[in-house]
Amino acid sequence: MFAYGGKILRVNLSNDKISIEPLPEKLVSDYIGGRGFSARILYDELKTGIDPLGAENKIVVASGPLSGLFVPGAGKLTFASKSPATNSYGDSNIGGHLASEIKYAGYDVIIIEGISDKPVYLYINNDKIEIRDAGKYCGKGAITTEEMLKRDLGKEFEIAVIGPAGENKVKFACISHDFGRQAGRTGIGAVMGAKNLKAIAVRGTLSLKVADPDKLLEIGKKAFADCIKHPAWKLWLDQGTASVTNWSNQQGSFPTRNFQSGFFEDYQKISGDVMLKETIVNNKACFGCPMACGKYARTRRNNKEYYVEGPEYETAAMIGGDCAIGNIHDLTYANYICDELGIDTISGGSVAAFAMECYEKGIIDKKDTGGVELKFGDIRAFEHIMNLISRREGIGNLLADGVKVAAEKLGKGSARFAMHVKGLEISGYESRRAPAMLLSYMTCDIGAHHNRAWAITHDIAVGRDVFAGKSKRVIELQHIRPIFDMLGTCRLQWVELELSLDYYPQLINVTTGRNYTMDELLHSSERVWNLNRLFLIREHKDNFGRHFDYPPARVYENGVQTGPTAGSKVKKEDIDKLLDEYYQMRGWDKNGRPTPEKLKELGL
Amino acid sequence: MYLDVDATKCTGCRVCLTICSLYHFKEINPKKAALTIDATFPKPGKYEPRVCNQCGICASVCPVEAISLPARPQPDQAVLAGDARSGGKEGAYIIDSEKCNGCGECVRECPTQVMFLHEDSSVPIKCDLCKECIPVCAPGVLFIKDENK
Repeated sequence: MFAYGGKILRVNLSNDKISIEPLPEKLVSDYIGGRGFSARILYDELKTGIDPLGAENKIVVASGPLSGLFVPGAGKLTFASKSPATNSYGDSNIGGHLASEIKYAGYDVIIIEGISDKPVYLYINNDKIEIRDAGKYCGKGAITTEEMLKRDLGKEFEIAVIGPAGENKVKFACISHDFGRQAGRTGIGAVMGAKNLKAIAVRGTLSLKVADPDKLLEIGKKAFADCIKHPAWKLWLDQGTASVTNWSNQQGSFPTRNFQSGFFEDYQKISGDVMLKETIVNNKACFGCPMACGKYARTRRNNKEYYVEGPEYETAAMIGGDCAIGNIHDLTYANYICDELGIDTISGGSVAAFAMECYEKGIIDKKDTGGVELKFGDIRAFEHIMNLISRREGIGNLLADGVKVAAEKLGKGSARFAMHVKGLEISGYESRRAPAMLLSYMTCDIGAHHNRAWAITHDIAVGRDVFAGKSKRVIELQHIRPIFDMLGTCRLQWVELELSLDYYPQLINVTTGRNYTMDELLHSSERVWNLNRLFLIREHKDNFGRHFDYPPARVYENGVQTGPTAGSKVKKEDIDKLLDEYYQMRGWDKNGRPTPEKLKELGL
Repeated sequence: MYLDVDATKCTGCRVCLTICSLYHFKEINPKKAALTIDATFPKPGKYEPRVCNQCGICASVCPVEAISLPARPQPDQAVLAGDARSGGKEGAYIIDSEKCNGCGECVRECPTQVMFLHEDSSVPIKCDLCKECIPVCAPGVLFIKDENK
């Protein structure tokens, strides 16, 4: 099978059974790869109602057909599972060099099942697969463990690892790789922890064959040249996603103090420009990436040096703005803490900000926090709360389940500012004056995540107070952007360097020898979107309805406090109008269920 | 003339390794490339690309004289126009795969450790100065150093 590894590796940690299966042709033709594979496999193989942290849940690690090839940004891998945050399909994609290495080892997909009775790691060296004891790595930080495993196994191994937060099943624990890349969202690190799987180490030396190597060489060279000559390329190389911080504040879309505001008064102290002067030591790319958005940084604290990749924009937004950490060295250190503990900086930032607002409002006090004043802007308070969360200690145990569950337990109106949709914390865009972005968060298939439809630029282009017609662009983006996750490539070359979408059907066709049109890729992407909706409905069939797509009450109850979007809030009826239009355009009924006609059209 | 690097610019993306294998072997495998990148993380967080400087030690240690510097091509046969697979470019030491007995002496003796053995072939992989890696290296790490200029 050209471009693909052609194999699924299945590992059951309960009985140590390891098996290799051929990649089914129907899965390839209908679901392409990556997130398409994981959505179909989990829908088919998981029983309804299972505990995400129990033995019946599975983790699917899926590369795409372009992963590891000579294609810009071809380093993306999907981790997917039933999410402990949302109790539905969850996935998160990760860059670095893991997707490519898995392919060079001969696999497209790894499926991890069961629960090990002791801490283990999965060792993959081409066809040599072993479940190995991980006792010595237990309790160690994610960065530390990766360093230890590289020392023990050899530098050429690519490692995915969880930190203490994952081991302790924190519901927003991430999976880390390559000293700074994370599969951050939906808590799959907790699923790894529940399985007693500390790490996955992969080495591959096999070659990937493509249908037309000369044509790939020709098209690939052109695509790289297009990326490099784009005027925005240099800014991305220099600052990465941190270049968005200034812009986002100017737009009033920078989550600040638990989304009380959309503008952070200290944003210029944590921007990409400041990072360039103060912290960045190197530019760090994922496999095959010409723009190298990873900014490897160094900070000093109490006479000790800390190295970390970041902060990226999302970390700047969710810890910088949302927890009001307005100093680049404090923020870099906060990023380090989360990375070492193995906590998603988006949800982690949102949870800390939620706790800080609870403290501000007197819902929790010093008795709950172990004597610490949990104030916005205090890096020591942030560090303290992250440590408690990662150990599930004291109030950390409550917060470790995410803002939705924490607010349900705390009560006192805290659910009104628990900033999540479907149990997943909202990522780094304040969207009360950006209806398309808001709709994108409301309807995202894994919970409130920006990457399925970064629609805020559409709001800015066509009018930030306009509601009608926004669904069209959101749906378009929700179909285009996941294609990258299916192909195993990064979307940023398209989003930021305007690499033409026309390249992608060409690239998949010359590498796989198949014959896809862009419309067929989009159709496949829509199939995945609807399949994930069916997963959500199946899990919640008794009480499923449009309320699953509602944003938190803050969006329609509180106006943005300061900055360019000050005063903005959204009327509840406008939220329903957004959903009415969206459901109708999707071919879903008024409760957000795909109609039989739509499912038939998609072959579901 | 040889391939040189500005290591401070390297981002570790491995595009150079990818194109090297694709160009020479028509398949993709960074472990079948004639250059490599060392990464030192988490501290100090640097990449160190290693490339062949055409020093010729491989040729001097080869027991069967399989490695040589072919005669300098005529000026109008400029390097960029050529095809590496047909036998190398100006300034490049080339392995004659017919003569090579796969002993690995050159790989062991290479001072920069940029000759590689892969299980697919007994003939080591060595930089032939095809220059394909240079334009796709976005940060501009790779360049040609010509000491005659």
